[in-house]
Amino acid sequence: MLNIILGAIALGSLWAVMTMGVYITFRLLDIADLSVEGTLVTGAAVGAVCITGGMNPWVGTLLALLVGLICGAVTGLLHTKLKIPALLAGILTMIALYSVNLRIMGRANIALLNTPSVFTPLEKLPFMPWLAEQGIMTKNVAILICGVLICLVVSAVLYWFFGTELGSAIRATGNNPQMVRAQGVNTDTMILLGLMLSNGLVAMSGALIAQNQSYSDVQMGTGAIVIGLASVIIGEVLFGTKSFKRTLLSLSLGAITYRVIIALVLKAGMPANDLKLFTAITVAICLALPQIKAWWNKLKGGRK
Amino acid sequence: MLQLNDVYKTFNIGTINEKHALCGLNLHLNPGDFTTVIGGNGAGKSTMLNAISGVWPIDSGSIIINGTDVTALPEYKRAGYLGRVFQDPMLGTAAQMEIQENLALALRRGKKRTLRWGISNEEREKYHELLKTLDLGLEDRLTTKVGLLSGGQRQALTLLMATLTKPDLLLLDEHTAALDPKTAAKVLEISDRIIAEEKLTALMVTHNMRDAIAHGNRLIMLKDGRIILDIAGEEKKHLTVEDLLAKFASVAGEDLDNDRMLLG
Repeated sequence: MLNIILGAIALGSLWAVMTMGVYITFRLLDIADLSVEGTLVTGAAVGAVCITGGMNPWVGTLLALLVGLICGAVTGLLHTKLKIPALLAGILTMIALYSVNLRIMGRANIALLNTPSVFTPLEKLPFMPWLAEQGIMTKNVAILICGVLICLVVSAVLYWFFGTELGSAIRATGNNPQMVRAQGVNTDTMILLGLMLSNGLVAMSGALIAQNQSYSDVQMGTGAIVIGLASVIIGEVLFGTKSFKRTLLSLSLGAITYRVIIALVLKAGMPANDLKLFTAITVAICLALPQIKAWWNKLKGGRK
Repeated sequence: MLQLNDVYKTFNIGTINEKHALCGLNLHLNPGDFTTVIGGNGAGKSTMLNAISGVWPIDSGSIIINGTDVTALPEYKRAGYLGRVFQDPMLGTAAQMEIQENLALALRRGKKRTLRWGISNEEREKYHELLKTLDLGLEDRLTTKVGLLSGGQRQALTLLMATLTKPDLLLLDEHTAALDPKTAAKVLEISDRIIAEEKLTALMVTHNMRDAIAHGNRLIMLKDGRIILDIAGEEKKHLTVEDLLAKFASVAGEDLDNDRMLLG
């Protein structure tokens, strides 16, 4: 049981990077960006191809991030320059990436067995043999340490970036684009930058997840946006959004909580095939909460 | 300071909703002119301000601000010249951002956004002092989200933001129309003070004839996308609502029939 929870937390810390990406588009830019479903796989594919090709796994992960930035730029340009609605622009990129991902991998999946990952060096930490004696899976501990460190670094970078003049302008664009233009900022550029950053993080997350599960698969992105949204909402509701620092932390904790919940319901006997239905229903309920609250208050008698 | 030369703008060309919004609009503002703009619904008041701001391109004519031809510039590139306050208090500020963050965005109006930290300590002190002058108790709420403020407070803040970096031209688009009378008077008073202190050139659209007469040194009236009345100097100082109605009738050949303008 401990190992299951530990594994879930470790996996959650890797998905947390994607959650932060989803947060940038969903909350800061006020766009539901579906390209995420494609870029997650693109990141995994790039990472897998690089690592099986003998590259350093960190280099592969960073290359995934770079490719993700480009994918985000595609959605951004479709939306801002060609005036395609954001939702549709995301769907177009997502569909296009399906083919691109197959091209990158050359087949539907790549196994990462007996290849180094960003986690392997950590498995050689001095206390690992002791943990193994206690019956704890050292691989999970290594992933957890690495995941938490990555989350902290990414959170710190995002905290800095969204505090800068440029980052503030991006945040304001999601709030009130008309006001931002009146302040002399090109809102198209801000949306483009936000989408790039978001998809970069998602792709990086994809590369990390592929290394964790030891394979990259063209289907692994299905439902990623919903998982991202679930994590964002769980994080916001359970851990608060009082300040931006707090929100960033909540996102990681939300992603981890989501994974723990999933691990627990699977352990409790829910068939794995029902997972996506379960997640979708959870997200639908969370998104509907304000409306449900309004109905509830109306039923209770007029308090609006 | 501002020149509008023979500006034309038609919306929905070739459809049943075709609307000639601006029809040969000419206007020349001198530096320091505080001009009030009145006119009935659909006369082109807001359209004129939107044309100046570059919300959409005009069909023909030219727009020159402080010697620079801005006719071909997009909205965000013109922002460096313009301070703007909108009719809807929601439009001038970012609701989910703090008061100080909004001010910091406005302080950098027209400047390139860099990777420097978005707000400095000296700025904070400056904002504190400036907010004090509004006398709305906002100076101690720098980190409050703007969405929690009342319409009047948001409008006063937007006004401060629009003038934080001195604009070549301040555009006030019925910026008190959505406020209750008391708050509207307060915001107008603040507008007057800032315009006088900073010696700003300003265009203020209003639905209220009395406000149009009481404020500024020049008054123009629009009808069908043109200026039909332009009153300045001594004549403007001694203008009354009755004068204005009589003038309108003689220029337009019809009586003013807009209740909202008469009652205001």
